Amino acid sequence: MSHWIIAPIVLPAMLAPFIVLAARYHIGIQRVFSLVGVLALITISAGLAWTASDGTIILYQLSDWAAPFGIVLVGDMLSTLMILLTSLLALFVMLYVIGSGWDERGRHFHALFQFQLMGIMGAFLTGDLFNLFVFFEVLLIASYGLMIHAGGNVRLRAGVQYVLFNLLGSTLFLFALGSIYAETGTLNMADLALRAQMISADATVGIRVASVLLLLVFAIKAAVVPLHFWLPSSYAEAPGPVAALFAIMTKVGAYAIIRVYTLIFPPNLEVTAGLHDVWLMPAALISLALGMIGVLAAKSLDRLVAFAVIGSMGMVMVAIALMTPEGIAAALYYIVHSTLAGAALFLIVDLVKSSRPSLALTTMPPIAGAALTAGLFFAAAIAMAGLPPLSGFIGKLLILDASFETPFAVWIWAVVLGASLISVVGFARAGSVVFWKANSIAPPDDLEPQAPPHFLSYTAAGGLVVLMAAFTVFGGYAQAYMTATSEQLFAPEPYIAIVVETEGKLSDSTEEGDH
Amino acid sequence: MEVLVASAVGVLTATGLYLVLRLRTFPVILGMSLLTYAVNVFLFASGRLTIGAPPILTGGVTTYTDPLPQALVLTAIVISFGMTAVVVMIALGAYLGTNDDLVDDPVDTDKEDAA
Repeated sequence: MSHWIIAPIVLPAMLAPFIVLAARYHIGIQRVFSLVGVLALITISAGLAWTASDGTIILYQLSDWAAPFGIVLVGDMLSTLMILLTSLLALFVMLYVIGSGWDERGRHFHALFQFQLMGIMGAFLTGDLFNLFVFFEVLLIASYGLMIHAGGNVRLRAGVQYVLFNLLGSTLFLFALGSIYAETGTLNMADLALRAQMISADATVGIRVASVLLLLVFAIKAAVVPLHFWLPSSYAEAPGPVAALFAIMTKVGAYAIIRVYTLIFPPNLEVTAGLHDVWLMPAALISLALGMIGVLAAKSLDRLVAFAVIGSMGMVMVAIALMTPEGIAAALYYIVHSTLAGAALFLIVDLVKSSRPSLALTTMPPIAGAALTAGLFFAAAIAMAGLPPLSGFIGKLLILDASFETPFAVWIWAVVLGASLISVVGFARAGSVVFWKANSIAPPDDLEPQAPPHFLSYTAAGGLVVLMAAFTVFGGYAQAYMTATSEQLFAPEPYIAIVVETEGKLSDSTEEGDH
Repeated sequence: MEVLVASAVGVLTATGLYLVLRLRTFPVILGMSLLTYAVNVFLFASGRLTIGAPPILTGGVTTYTDPLPQALVLTAIVISFGMTAVVVMIALGAYLGTNDDLVDDPVDTDKEDAA
């Protein structure tokens, strides 16, 4: 049993206390360790993704306890893809933080950042539902700290909302876990998948309630309408790079929905029939429409991007709610794209903010380094709105194609295309007000010229755009990989077999383990 | 006993939700605490209610109580305790900074005018 799969969790978990305890007063040392840690994470994640790419399922039994008694970590194609995406995003966010000096505006940024990474990595890798809850809490408690980093009254107030909403979500998660345990007597995902099939059709009340509660919890994380209210304020008020890192947090919700509703409650399971097509699909379509309308209606640039994130999560959810292999493959492609696009946009918003009195969409004198920032905004907005030639267009095309033969085709095509049009108008309006019209007014006489942002900041935001371009150029390979991932998800037998049948402590008594 | 436990969960949840909907930080935090108590009792009951039975394997005993929910509840208690401490600190900071303890966004036209 290789120990590499736990490294993405252990490494940040060791680095964070080290940074707090040993390097508290040395921002330089903190930066070096944090950056080296992120680079090591990328290497490890890439290695794991390479191992899993041929369909191998990496299993790690903590303390060698056999499932379902012990907690297992499982790395399949989906998990390793998500941890690789997280670590790549973390690198660019870290570069931006160092370049812009955000980590000097408050204390313990790097330690919280590492804890945040630990929580996200754990949530992607765990094979146990209660452990998923614990990692959700780890990533949330770190995100509370990051969200109010550098303080300020508006940010603190938004932080209170964010924390309270997520605490409610956690409580709901525990209710869901309690119901699942009461119904099935296990919380291991693979074991649950076996037991959910054994529930007789006339005793499904409990498991139905549990599956809906679980869907609600993940929908809160993924900011699906009507559970999206926490997102606009918290993302807009959070520090720019933190909001960029949060772009992966909504994807944790999407990941959890994909994992649970392909493995434990697959679409052909009688017990939970109707969940994804009757309930999730309309909510996803409304999220998409509402998010993009929010883009058009936003009065400030940061809120605009926050609503664009809601819209793009709606798009992801539309693809997930199809619950077909093609739909999930398209959703995965779009998840990667929208993480990169959302993060790039939040970084660019922060670039704009650094030399502008506010982010309100009104005409103000040009910002420092306007040409480069405007160019980046243009590219990222094209990607987010889903215009050719960047990856948003391909992602959207894949979703439209996947929905073509389903009964929802008319609705999906209408909403996706309509919402895209609205978002194009919204982004074009914002870009022209912030960047073009700035030259039309005379700058006030007392205006001191400000230094343009650090080149590392541009490297970070530009790097994300380049990554998106690469994701477009190699779209064929990416799409083939996503299709293979999705096929693995829809054939969960090897996953279940390797988790349940691998020997470990106590594995002899698994035969009569029905307590 | 089932009725007692079930109604305890129900009453705690109902009062908790009512307090959360007050939208001022102090009642909301109290409400959150009540909700976490409710969910702890609920989790505990998810392993079936058994009286006077040991949670570990011992010789000569045939009825056992399920130990797993107890472990889950313990984890949940620790986490919710920590989370409550965090939210109290943040809420206190927000209250001292803005001089009001409303949870939702203020309907504030001054802010936009100033911007």
